[in-house]
Amino acid sequence: MILTWFIIILITGGLLARIAEHWNSWIPKWIALLVSLMALVLATSLWILNYDVLQISHSAWLITYILPWIPQFGISFHLALDGLSLLMLILTYFLGTLAILTSWKEIKYKVGFFYLNILWVLAGITGVFLAMDLFLFYFFWEVMLIPMFFLIAIWGHENRRYAAYKFFIFTQASGLLMLLAILGLYFIHGSSTDIYTFDYFQLLGTTLSTSTGRWLMLGFLSAFIVKLPAVPFHSWLPDAHSEAPTAGSLILAGLLLKTGAYGLIRFVIPLFPDASAELAPWMMTLGVIGILYGAMLAFAQTDLKRLVAYTSVSHMGFILLGVFAFNTLAMQGVVMQMITHGISTGALFILAGSVYERIHTRDIMKMGGFWSKAPYMATIGLIFAMASLGLPGLGNFVAEFLTLVGSWQAAPLLTILATTGLVAATAYSLRIVQKVFLGIHQPGLILPDLSYRERLMLVPMVIVILWLGVFPKAVLKTSEKACVEAEQAVTHNLTSRVMEDKPIKESSIHQKGGTHE
Amino acid sequence: MKEVPLDYGLLLAGILFVLGLISVLIRRNIIFMLISVEIMLNAAGLAFIVAGSRWQQAEGQVMFIFILTMAAAEVSVGLALILQIYHQIKTLDSDAANKMKE
Amino acid sequence: MKELLWLIPILPFAGALILIVVGTKLSNSKVAVVGAGSVGLSALITILIGIDSLSSSSYKGFDQVLWTWIDVESFKPAIAFHLDALSLIFIFVITFVGFLIHIYSTEFMAQDEGFARFFAYLNLFVGSMLILVLADNLLLMYLGWEGVGLCSYLLIGFWYQEEKNGYAARKAFIVTRVGDTAMAIGLFMLFQIFNTLNIQEIAIQAPQAWDVGSPVAIMIALLLLGGAVGKSAQLPLQTWLPDAMAGPSPVSALIHAATMVTAGVYLIARTHIIFELAPVAQVMVGVIGALTLLLAGFSALTQYDLKRVLAYSTISQIGYMFLALGVGAWSAAIFHFVIHAFFKALLFLGAGAVIMLLHHEHDMFKMGGLRTKLPVIYWTFLIGSASLAAIPVVTAGFYSKDQILWLAWAGEKGNIWFFLAALMGAFITSVYTFRMVFVTFFGHEKTRVGHTPGKSMTIPLVILAVLATVGGFIELPHTFGHFTLFSNFLTPVLSSTEIKSGAESSEWIVQIVAAIVSLSGVYLAYFFYVKRPELPDKIKSFIPSLYRLWHSGWGFDALYNFILVKPFVFLAEINKRDVIDQIYGALVSIVNGFNLVLTFTQSGMIRWYIMGIVLGAIVILTIGLLV
Repeated sequence: MILTWFIIILITGGLLARIAEHWNSWIPKWIALLVSLMALVLATSLWILNYDVLQISHSAWLITYILPWIPQFGISFHLALDGLSLLMLILTYFLGTLAILTSWKEIKYKVGFFYLNILWVLAGITGVFLAMDLFLFYFFWEVMLIPMFFLIAIWGHENRRYAAYKFFIFTQASGLLMLLAILGLYFIHGSSTDIYTFDYFQLLGTTLSTSTGRWLMLGFLSAFIVKLPAVPFHSWLPDAHSEAPTAGSLILAGLLLKTGAYGLIRFVIPLFPDASAELAPWMMTLGVIGILYGAMLAFAQTDLKRLVAYTSVSHMGFILLGVFAFNTLAMQGVVMQMITHGISTGALFILAGSVYERIHTRDIMKMGGFWSKAPYMATIGLIFAMASLGLPGLGNFVAEFLTLVGSWQAAPLLTILATTGLVAATAYSLRIVQKVFLGIHQPGLILPDLSYRERLMLVPMVIVILWLGVFPKAVLKTSEKACVEAEQAVTHNLTSRVMEDKPIKESSIHQKGGTHE
Repeated sequence: MKEVPLDYGLLLAGILFVLGLISVLIRRNIIFMLISVEIMLNAAGLAFIVAGSRWQQAEGQVMFIFILTMAAAEVSVGLALILQIYHQIKTLDSDAANKMKE
Repeated sequence: MKELLWLIPILPFAGALILIVVGTKLSNSKVAVVGAGSVGLSALITILIGIDSLSSSSYKGFDQVLWTWIDVESFKPAIAFHLDALSLIFIFVITFVGFLIHIYSTEFMAQDEGFARFFAYLNLFVGSMLILVLADNLLLMYLGWEGVGLCSYLLIGFWYQEEKNGYAARKAFIVTRVGDTAMAIGLFMLFQIFNTLNIQEIAIQAPQAWDVGSPVAIMIALLLLGGAVGKSAQLPLQTWLPDAMAGPSPVSALIHAATMVTAGVYLIARTHIIFELAPVAQVMVGVIGALTLLLAGFSALTQYDLKRVLAYSTISQIGYMFLALGVGAWSAAIFHFVIHAFFKALLFLGAGAVIMLLHHEHDMFKMGGLRTKLPVIYWTFLIGSASLAAIPVVTAGFYSKDQILWLAWAGEKGNIWFFLAALMGAFITSVYTFRMVFVTFFGHEKTRVGHTPGKSMTIPLVILAVLATVGGFIELPHTFGHFTLFSNFLTPVLSSTEIKSGAESSEWIVQIVAAIVSLSGVYLAYFFYVKRPELPDKIKSFIPSLYRLWHSGWGFDALYNFILVKPFVFLAEINKRDVIDQIYGALVSIVNGFNLVLTFTQSGMIRWYIMGIVLGAIVILTIGLLV
């Protein structure tokens, strides 16, 4: 039941914020902040309380919750939580709280509706990370999309309409392909077993012919790699990121992209182990292209937010590389990457937002010399630029190194190319530092240093990224089971096939377990 | 009484229809266009009558009465529209009434 | 005592943290106390631990595990330190020389508004460098490795208002990162093979896993060499170091002479077992060292900027260390590292003082006559130069360099070419060193001296000068004294070098030749720059293109610019608007085009619509009739 509460408090919090707007413009902010903090505290305490349970228990699943929804079609309101989704929830509420804080002064227009949208996006993301019924998953996938569209289209920068439509069309079109694939899976499973159900755990064992499996997998894959985004489908991202308000960019980069990665780990690989193994070399290649291409584009940009957006493209390449390497090292690297990228890129967007608030431009050619005027901002900017280039001691290094060590065992040549991406990452990260913080201060610019509110946001982020860099063990241990399961879905399948020389899917059936409420 | 052959009747109806059609196409005055549409309707009605008499069936006449009613309704609506159009754009030229394009 | 090992790297980090968080609010003297004090404490603990381990006769090494860093399946690198003779020598040099440079900096940087920031970076550097050498696994070493890279970046670009400093810093970071990438790939391979990154375990397992000359071993050794070459500014990644002189002089002394740039030497010495299993790679190390020491030496001959001379000289001296590593003279390389740290730090600090007192004048041909004006600096600088030029018997540099020369000739893996390169290098070294001394301190005064240096600057100089002289006496050659304290100390970690049979007797010949070469270099410099100062310009006008080539560091910058930087920037520039995005854009335009065509038919003229209906009806009817 606690899982449903997450969604309920976010939805009602959003409505309350909207209603409260009638009386006052500051009540919605406080309502939103309190609600997201509540969710954060709830999720974190869930982690702390269950940390040991996760290590000991047999099953990866910590909590499951089922309620029939439309039983005629086999649709249920099925939520479940394992280590991976728990980590993702904590990240969601951490960044969600920061998104609310960063909008504190930025948003002055339709305040209540803004926070409604923020909280509803968070609710949608929560649902995506928890839903274990494919229909429900698709439902939340779409729920996430619409408030985000409004966030960009109403509160964005100059070219917001274009960006919002582009974002919407890309994600919606790819989402529809996923819906088709879900329905296909539903009917194939139904006709072969006479159980028509959308339930994830039951669908896991579906026997598919090679070509059907491939097509269905492509349906899922398209939704996730557009969201991720992988290279040929990335073009919505720079526009959406650079036009969205700071909170929007933060949620987009920190959370929405992660739903793509999460989908790959949770759905694509366990549901279609054969097709995944077959497509893995292509996917890894796409990942590497993404790393290099994104880095090159990032290097060329002059719009600060666009630059950071392209670094996301580059970093997400590591996810694609790691997920399809099919080993626990790489998979754990991916999980780390999801978390650390959310924090480091989120911080860069917050910084870009604060710079924009002060000097009303995003053009890095008009910046420079901020170090002398705003040393706190510069120091924090430096730390996150370093995180972005993968400096050891910060979380991103752990993520990238694990991913690369893992992928080395699957594809050495691609890994070498991906590793050269680190050099390119150095080039663009140092370009940010050079153009924004170093050099001579432009006399015309008035640049106060970070306010207390901004420090309140950024200092915890610095602490978290350092903590992840030096003690990543807590996170790694939490997600271990989920990663092992996802990876074994493929490796078991392949080995058992080699051993017994027949296509076997049974090995990937997961035990359902954990505490039913 | 000698029956009018079906062919003649249909031919007349056809000629009337085409005349009406051509005049709809070439007239720019909306009132004339409305009258031409009436001619076309009546041509269709004539065809029904002729066919009805050929097969000795009442349906032809029934259909004609339908057409008459429909034509009356159509004229009343059409005239109302024409009045509105004249009111709005101060002319009865149909080509001038292309404001809805955008 | 050894249990305090973890404090050695943690203290500078703590100092850095304090200075970053509250540094701007502290007074300069407090900043100095925190900055220099933390490193001083580390140095003190190092000396105590050193005495402790020297007194225990059979010293095998000491491990201290703090916590498991990453824990995924069998990948379990820990935050753990390994102390043995090799790391002890390194941490001694780092903390001790580091402390002296901190003391010097308190005066050197006193007028700078970024005083606290400077010490914060410097402390961060010392901490990272200590992690690098103390790490018991390669991943933690990589952390230190990148950490010192970051500090080097920050300190080169310390005076960030000058745009060119920022670019020099960026170049240093990116070029070393190229090497680091190779090293990272080496780590992936090592982990795949040994399932661990712990250095000691690899050292035990490697000889069992590989035969001598196994291709995998060669591959890994070459990749590690790539990392070492980047960090130690050796061919072909040496281009960043001369530009790195944009940083303040204490930085050049500490990072770009004494410690960080020798990390490559440390890495190879640390993983020498792998290199011994990969003779091809080991020869590569020697070849790179020999080539680098010559190329950098020639470049040093033509520089005007006092600090650039020293920078090229550093590249060249590290080339000697690489040469020593290449012939398996492990302890000779480390010995030269220690002595080099003393005299090169001394030279940089002296040069820094000169430059500061002459109002930031870098060009040594605008100096001159400082012998009488700045006697302390002159004498210490002279001692350092003598050590660099390996003036026989009295200087430490003679003993360390002589050992390398000797082993390049007589070591089992040595050969005549290595020896000749080293000998040639020794000659060039003494020429450019004394060129620098004569031009800067002799002749008549060209720029007025501002003021005289204070005690905080002169005391470190004097201490380093003493060390640059007596430091050599801890390891005396066979021919006289035969005192091997240093190499004995290192033997448990680094095996001693085999000497070719029958070569023992020729050691004194090598020494005499080396002595003659270095003295004749000094004389040549004296002849050209004191007796006949018009001659160098004549030679210069005689071979202008060669001169320009040497002056620009053999044109490597231009080459890399042409084959790497320009194409990358060009590609990035033309693709700034993202070609893939344009494809989607084109798709949108096509759809818009259709839309435009179709809206054209919606003319709003009712007669056209009727015409359309009629034509449509006719077409349909015709089809109906025909079919």
